[in-house]
Amino acid sequence: MLAEGFEDEDKWLAEGIAGIQHNAFFMHRALDENNLRDALKYSAQMLSELRTSRLSPHKYYDLYMRAFDELRRLEIFFKDETRHGVSIVDLYELVQHAGNILPRLYLLCTVGSVYMRCKDAPVRDVLKDLVEMCRAVQHPIRGLFLRSYLSQVSKDKLPDVGYEREDGESNGVMDAVEFVLQNFTEMNKLWVRLQQQQGPGRIREKREKERNELRDLVGKNLHVLSQIEGVDLEMYKDTVLPSVLEQVVNCKDELAQFYLMECIIQVFPDEYHLQTLETLLGACPQLQPTVDIKTVLSQLMDRLSNYASSSTEVLPEFLQVEAFTKLSTAIGRVIEAQVDMPLVGAISLHVSLLTFTLRVHPDRLDYVDEVLGSCVKKLSGKPRLDDNRATKQVVALLSAPLDKYNDIVTALTLSNYPRVMDHLDHETNKAMAMVIIQSVMKNNTYISTADKVEVLFELIKGLIKDSDETTEDEVDEEDFNEEQNSVARLIHMLHNDDPEEMFKIICTVKKHIMSGGPRRLPFAVPSLIFSSLRLIRQLQGQDGDIVGEEVPTTPKKIFQLLNETIEALASVSSPELALRLSLQCAEAANDCDLEPVAYEFFTQAFVLYEEEIADSKAQVTAIHLIIGTLQRMNVFGVENRDTLTHKATGYSAKLLKKPDQCRAVYACSHLFWVDDQDGIKDGERVLLCLKRALRIANAAQQMANVTRGSSGPVTLFVEILNKYIYYFEKGNPQITSSTIQGLIELITTEMQSDSASALPASDAFLTSTLRYIQFQKQKGGILGEKYGPIKVHIPA
Amino acid sequence: MVLVLALGDLHIPHRAPDLPAKFKSMLVPGKIQHIICTGNLCIKEIHDYLKTLCPDLHITRGEYDEETKYPETKTLTIGQFKLGLCHGHQVIPWGDLDSLAMLQRQLDVDILVTGHTHQFTAYKHEGGVVINPGSATGAYSSITYDVNPSFVLMDIDGLRVVVYVYELIDGEVKVDKIDFKKTTTSHSAH
Repeated sequence: MLAEGFEDEDKWLAEGIAGIQHNAFFMHRALDENNLRDALKYSAQMLSELRTSRLSPHKYYDLYMRAFDELRRLEIFFKDETRHGVSIVDLYELVQHAGNILPRLYLLCTVGSVYMRCKDAPVRDVLKDLVEMCRAVQHPIRGLFLRSYLSQVSKDKLPDVGYEREDGESNGVMDAVEFVLQNFTEMNKLWVRLQQQQGPGRIREKREKERNELRDLVGKNLHVLSQIEGVDLEMYKDTVLPSVLEQVVNCKDELAQFYLMECIIQVFPDEYHLQTLETLLGACPQLQPTVDIKTVLSQLMDRLSNYASSSTEVLPEFLQVEAFTKLSTAIGRVIEAQVDMPLVGAISLHVSLLTFTLRVHPDRLDYVDEVLGSCVKKLSGKPRLDDNRATKQVVALLSAPLDKYNDIVTALTLSNYPRVMDHLDHETNKAMAMVIIQSVMKNNTYISTADKVEVLFELIKGLIKDSDETTEDEVDEEDFNEEQNSVARLIHMLHNDDPEEMFKIICTVKKHIMSGGPRRLPFAVPSLIFSSLRLIRQLQGQDGDIVGEEVPTTPKKIFQLLNETIEALASVSSPELALRLSLQCAEAANDCDLEPVAYEFFTQAFVLYEEEIADSKAQVTAIHLIIGTLQRMNVFGVENRDTLTHKATGYSAKLLKKPDQCRAVYACSHLFWVDDQDGIKDGERVLLCLKRALRIANAAQQMANVTRGSSGPVTLFVEILNKYIYYFEKGNPQITSSTIQGLIELITTEMQSDSASALPASDAFLTSTLRYIQFQKQKGGILGEKYGPIKVHIPA
Repeated sequence: MVLVLALGDLHIPHRAPDLPAKFKSMLVPGKIQHIICTGNLCIKEIHDYLKTLCPDLHITRGEYDEETKYPETKTLTIGQFKLGLCHGHQVIPWGDLDSLAMLQRQLDVDILVTGHTHQFTAYKHEGGVVINPGSATGAYSSITYDVNPSFVLMDIDGLRVVVYVYELIDGEVKVDKIDFKKTTTSHSAH
């Protein structure tokens, strides 16, 4: 059925075009012969084709344009009185004799446009006459095109600045404005009427489509108004805008209202909008409730934002007209009025307002906060967002201040920021938290007060602890690790040079991460510990009397905090990490001369070793860390030192694998010899360790013999030999050149025995060791003398 | 000319948030042939980042590394030089050059690269050269106070290696260089 209709339309259009062409041909001939009568006759017939009501706007336009072109030729003819001999005034009279009204009016407008150009022509009267007479055509499509024609032919003859009326009365600009306004009003009425036709959905859709095709005809009037030079701000404010808005509101038509509001915003200069903001915004609540006002407002705000960015000189204007307040109020009213507006709409309005605010008043953080607050109000009372688009808008809302103020600290002062975040669903909340952290890291911002840290952690709380809604299986391990590592890195960005404030920061951080649960502690705790150790070191450097009323931050206080933190970590199955951190703290306590504190941390480390670390490989590393740390301790008195050393050597000897035992034991030898001025230098106990190591190495060899049929490589022996050499050089009286010689021979024999399994590496090791001895001998001096008696034979 | 980047003890995220920006902008992919890393990165993210700088990446295990499968020591040959790599917490006393020399003999290498102390050193002894590239992030150390971020770039050319050390001091990158040559005998570098 529809297809048939279309086919028909094409047919009718073709017929119309043929009609026009046919009559145009004769009209041209009449024009060539300067035959006015025939010209009028054929042009009227031609214009009759426009009387059709069978065409859609799109096709009617085609027909109209052809007629339009032909009328231009006619106009040229009219202009030249010598060709037709009739005065323009008479011509104006003459064309009104045309039979049908539509052709009559087209001809009249054509003559009128020529008339208006004449000197001393009564332009005002002509315009008024034409715009009134067009009222005779009330058919929407025909009327719109007729009036469009009127507008087209008159627009360059409108009186503007510099025009003088013959009777010297008020300026011509007002006449022009009134003319255009009236034409606009009438056109809008016609346009709206097109919608009135009720009918089933298909008809209505068709109507809407037609209306959309016609809308630019109506909008053109506004464009014409904007082009009139004489329409200055005052005239716009007093006359143009009120009249246009009156029509917009009164027509009560959704399509028209939306289109025309957009038109006004696009066509007139931003400066005018700024100065008439109240009027313009005042119209918004009066519009039909179904009008998509948020798009209109967004457009307005975007234009004003761009205007603000264009030059700094316009900014004071914004303040002067209180643009922000007006926009903010308007938005509030619209949201209130349009109860059915979906959430995404309301939020995107806020996003536009925020963008506006950030561009125009970036220094007014109170404005920014206000926008966020208004959004919070809108979101309050609702459950967490689950609408994707609304969520995206909220994220845009939250990201805008971060992008604008590269300094996260500014965003932290916005009291409503965390409240907005609370309304995001859990996943998005975490993603936003990551954005915030990345913003801090990227811009190298340091957060320097405990209060700000508190706010920051409030913002990222989705990462730091379990919310009520998370379930275990939701968490992707890689994502989780990335999040927690980000939090760990963030902790290093929290810093203040003032120790008091820094301690407050540390306490705040501790409070928050302690509630993180077993999965999170291993990530965040090390960062906290090292942050604290840095503070302790800073306090060390500030020796001397600290004068103050309150008890200042002392290393002792910090060590207490560290103790608690490590205990918490130890209780969630991270014994290896806890052990390492305890040793770090022990060393720091050593540097602060706090013997009991250092001892306490060592105790903690040993307990962890004894009770929690069962893996052999982990034990080897752990015991070496203990030995290495203990070796550096100088704060312990004899008793404490003995206890710890005894423990260390005991555990070393109890490691599972013999080679590991051997190595740990000879490492323990260093516990008895510290090269410092006041360091312990117990030669006997050193030797005891080395001898014990030798025994273990021997045992290892024998075991290898038994289990594998050949003895293992001599590497361990060579290592021990190197240790002997070490202490020999340091002057341990228990180690003589003959001790060394004996060991060398032992090794050589072992290597040459039948059951030896040679390993090139250990051969090379021995060789380079012997070469070292050789080198020392040759160097001479005191050492050279010491080495004198030792004979080495270096294999080729 | 072979460029070898030596770095370590970054301690990210435990002790430092990231490499210094000035270092990051200098370390561009495609310019370096090998990376040797003493350990304590500590997380996979950093491993991946280093891999983007150069696919030939060698790492030894530091005591805080997340990845437990890195080896305790590693040896490799680049040009005429044998290099050894070890984090250094295994060698007691920590930072003691004589004990490190023993490790060097044991691994039988010309150049031993170790870390742990976060203090840059380049030490030449009878058996070879011991290099500590320090901490690339300037991370806290119980052993060294006032650590400046540093790393080392070695230019290996025939029997000669030029060691460039880059240190970030008061916000500026300072470069120093040391020359080492080895004789043709396989064991000693002078």
